[in-house]
Amino acid sequence: MESINAKYVSQKISKTRWKPVSHSTLQQPEIFATGSWDNEENKISLWSIGNHENVAMDDGNEGDPQVLCEHKHDGDVLDLQTLSVSQHWARAHRYPCDSAPCTSVVCSSPEIVTVGEDGRIVVFRADHEGVVQTIENADSSTIHAVTYLRTTEILTVNSIGQLKMWDLRQHSKSPSQIFSLSGDRVPLHCVDRHPNQQHIVATGGQDGMLCVWDVRQGNSPFSLMEAHSAEMWEVHFHPTNPDHMFTCSEDGSLLHWETSSQSDLPSFLQGNRNNSMISRSAMPSAGGNQSIISAWLSGDSSKSRLETTHMLPSQTLSVNSLDVLGHYLVCGTDGEAIFVHRQIPV
Amino acid sequence: MEEVDVEPVITNIPAASHDKHLGFAWGPGDILVYETLYKASGSKRSPCTFIHEVRKDEDIYSPILRKLFNESHHIFVGLQTIGEDLPSKSKKPQFVSVSKNYRSVIRACMEELQQVAGEIFFKYSSDIFSCEFSWFIQGAGSLLLHLLDWIRLHRADVDEKARDVLQSESPAEHCDYWDVVVSYVLQGRLEEARQMLVKQAMLHPASRNMYKLMDSLLSKMPFYKPGGTQPLAEFDVKWRHWHDEVDRCLQDGSFASNQHLELICKILVGDEDTLLTQKELLSTWYHFLVTRLLFCHPTVKATELHFYAQSCLTMFLDPRSTPEPLDSILLAAFEIDIHQVIKDCSIALNNWWFVAHITDLLDHCKLLKSHNLHFGSNLREFLLLEYASGLFTHHSLWQLAVDYFDHCSEFGRVYLELLIERVPLDTERKALKVLRICEQRQMSEQVRSICKIMAMRTLRNNRLGSALSWSIRAKDAALATLISERFLQDYCERGTFSDLDLIDNLGSAMLLSDRLTFLGKYREFHKLYGEKRFREAATLLLSLMTAKIAPRSFWMTLLTDALPLLEQKEVIFTANQTYELMYCLEELTSSLNTTAPSKDKPMQDEVEKTKVELLRLAMARNLAIAIVKEGTVET
Repeated sequence: MESINAKYVSQKISKTRWKPVSHSTLQQPEIFATGSWDNEENKISLWSIGNHENVAMDDGNEGDPQVLCEHKHDGDVLDLQTLSVSQHWARAHRYPCDSAPCTSVVCSSPEIVTVGEDGRIVVFRADHEGVVQTIENADSSTIHAVTYLRTTEILTVNSIGQLKMWDLRQHSKSPSQIFSLSGDRVPLHCVDRHPNQQHIVATGGQDGMLCVWDVRQGNSPFSLMEAHSAEMWEVHFHPTNPDHMFTCSEDGSLLHWETSSQSDLPSFLQGNRNNSMISRSAMPSAGGNQSIISAWLSGDSSKSRLETTHMLPSQTLSVNSLDVLGHYLVCGTDGEAIFVHRQIPV
Repeated sequence: MEEVDVEPVITNIPAASHDKHLGFAWGPGDILVYETLYKASGSKRSPCTFIHEVRKDEDIYSPILRKLFNESHHIFVGLQTIGEDLPSKSKKPQFVSVSKNYRSVIRACMEELQQVAGEIFFKYSSDIFSCEFSWFIQGAGSLLLHLLDWIRLHRADVDEKARDVLQSESPAEHCDYWDVVVSYVLQGRLEEARQMLVKQAMLHPASRNMYKLMDSLLSKMPFYKPGGTQPLAEFDVKWRHWHDEVDRCLQDGSFASNQHLELICKILVGDEDTLLTQKELLSTWYHFLVTRLLFCHPTVKATELHFYAQSCLTMFLDPRSTPEPLDSILLAAFEIDIHQVIKDCSIALNNWWFVAHITDLLDHCKLLKSHNLHFGSNLREFLLLEYASGLFTHHSLWQLAVDYFDHCSEFGRVYLELLIERVPLDTERKALKVLRICEQRQMSEQVRSICKIMAMRTLRNNRLGSALSWSIRAKDAALATLISERFLQDYCERGTFSDLDLIDNLGSAMLLSDRLTFLGKYREFHKLYGEKRFREAATLLLSLMTAKIAPRSFWMTLLTDALPLLEQKEVIFTANQTYELMYCLEELTSSLNTTAPSKDKPMQDEVEKTKVELLRLAMARNLAIAIVKEGTVET
């Protein structure tokens, strides 16, 4: 029984994020934020999906997201993060004669890192009014996404297909390491780090390829998978159950990747909605000690099973953004709809 | 000029001064109007610098209607992909479900709209869609039942009133009670009417018999079941029998003591004058039509419908009131004159949404006789093109329009090609989406032009890496050459390369343009030099000139780079290589000599001359040492 419902919201959604819930209270996620794009007046809205059990609602409206509040936003909303902050940094990203779009923001309280189309990395602090640190000309092309690797190191992906690692303590102008795919310079659009094993990083590219990298070794990705037929906009590891990963793309699909290793049953007896995927290893699995090797990094696909399922009921316009928390998934599309899935199988 | 169907509407432009001539230009969904210098009379005045935009269709900017556009887009795309190989019989239920989907989407929007502000547009569409396919698709066997369905959906306020009445403490004494009962009867919902009457009966035990009689009359009314075993003639007999019974009750005066029950009885008999007294409850002439048919002519056929419709219209409406556009549309619908319906809707509504979707659905059901038009190949395609062009003017809904163009086989592609280039590209992400649309449809011209726009913009902002990635996407060699020239210019000015991360990692993109290849190789030369691999660096440098990869203008710089290599203690260039270097220098100086010496830069000429002399000297020395070295036999 599908427990996914769609709500049309009259704005194209560019980003959705769940409001984090504290793990101790075992609360279900209830509130999420969305940002719109391509409107004359864009706005950020907070929605509630009302998980109160004591409220009787008729089935038709059960769990429809309701708007809590809205706020105007100049320009398209390109990224959202949750933090209690009350600052406004204007023109953080700029060209010589114009403002440049800031494409991504990530925060690890109280620090906030932003990157933009001007190739600049800017670090802010929530309590500080000015800029804490800027890496000018960090990249000659647009930086599409940024994420934290460790507390002082960040990873960025750019539009010439490079994954760069920066150490913020060193205040240097150049990255500490550059990873790239050999061959075509396909722009990378999103990056996410494994929540537990910090050396595993996944990126999504313009041609829909999903790459998994091991940042400890080598300059090339560990494995490449053909995930989508168009740009992959977001990739997320599940925060508490990292054997699961979710990707969404311009071709209108949202895929759920599940990996597990060493299964006794042959794969054709398991699962019924597998989509065949092509998995190639860029390099053979590192020999030697493989005791704690993550299933994502198993080079040999016969040992580990990787299953993908489509999560949306039918083909839609581009799915721009997704977020997962617990058993809940929310995603927003260019068809001006928000989908909330309440029982993802993790 | 051809005759117009309706008089054109005059729109005043308040901001323009009234004695000026106005000029205008058509846009896809609007008109731009500006004041010209011509004046009707009087002295000249200063020109006005405003341009006014006159827009007919405000609906696409309404947030509630946007939901309708999105959801109907989803349904539209689904409709186009209904299997072509299925026989038409099995496609019918699918078409019906599509029309039901459209209808439910409209209703959802209508409910929201009513909460905000009434929109007449919706009223029209909902009514038409509702009365739609009932007879267009399903055939006229059970026409009346479909009409009743339509009316019930249309008059949802009856249910609301009923709910109010039932929730009150004493429903039978509620002021609206009899209104609800009569409305149920008018809509043919006799079961519900009976249930309501039971409450009244309990309050008045004295008139129990009367209520019992009414109850039995209501329960005995025959309804025709389509697909049942009962032939039409048999049903007709039964119905007349029932009708006579009701008439007899009326004549007997069984309900004379209770005016409400008498009213209901008269309605059941189908007395037109009584029905006309209930104008308030009926509210519309088509409700009156359906009720009249229900109680007078239940076996009406689709072909007879329009006679009754016309007469009901005249009976119901005040002779002084002017007919609304909706009325003529409905009349045309009842006459099953599809073209007239479409035409009237196009005139009455200010948005192509409704006519486009309905024509598309009818076309799929093969109910539309297509004749070729002078524009837009056939009616369906013309309307879809108009609708989609209107969507394209919207800052956000243009993405929906792309799918509509895809399904217009003759002109859709051309329209899309022209319009997609005009989407404003503010951020890279939007440009990427537009590019993806073009690439999926193999519109290579548009891909190149969009990439060029983005690349030039980034070049202006000095983002050379971004510019290069755009040129790689477009596979545009000329653009890549331009960018490489910029890189080289930067190098010449500053002495170092900027954006090393890009140039070092060009990979196979290097082959896109000669200039780019040169750039990559030149950087490689620098790297080799930095790693002190002089032999390889020297070979590379020479090959850049001899293979003609380097542009002539850069040779001087290359030769100057060769100078330190020539001056090294260790011999790096072999004799043959030195000969080639000399040849290159000669070629360069001879071409320089043929150009007229610049009179205003004597200093530069001096510098050039010195350079050439130094080079000649270094090369000669190197040659000497190299010849000696190569001639020496190692012992």
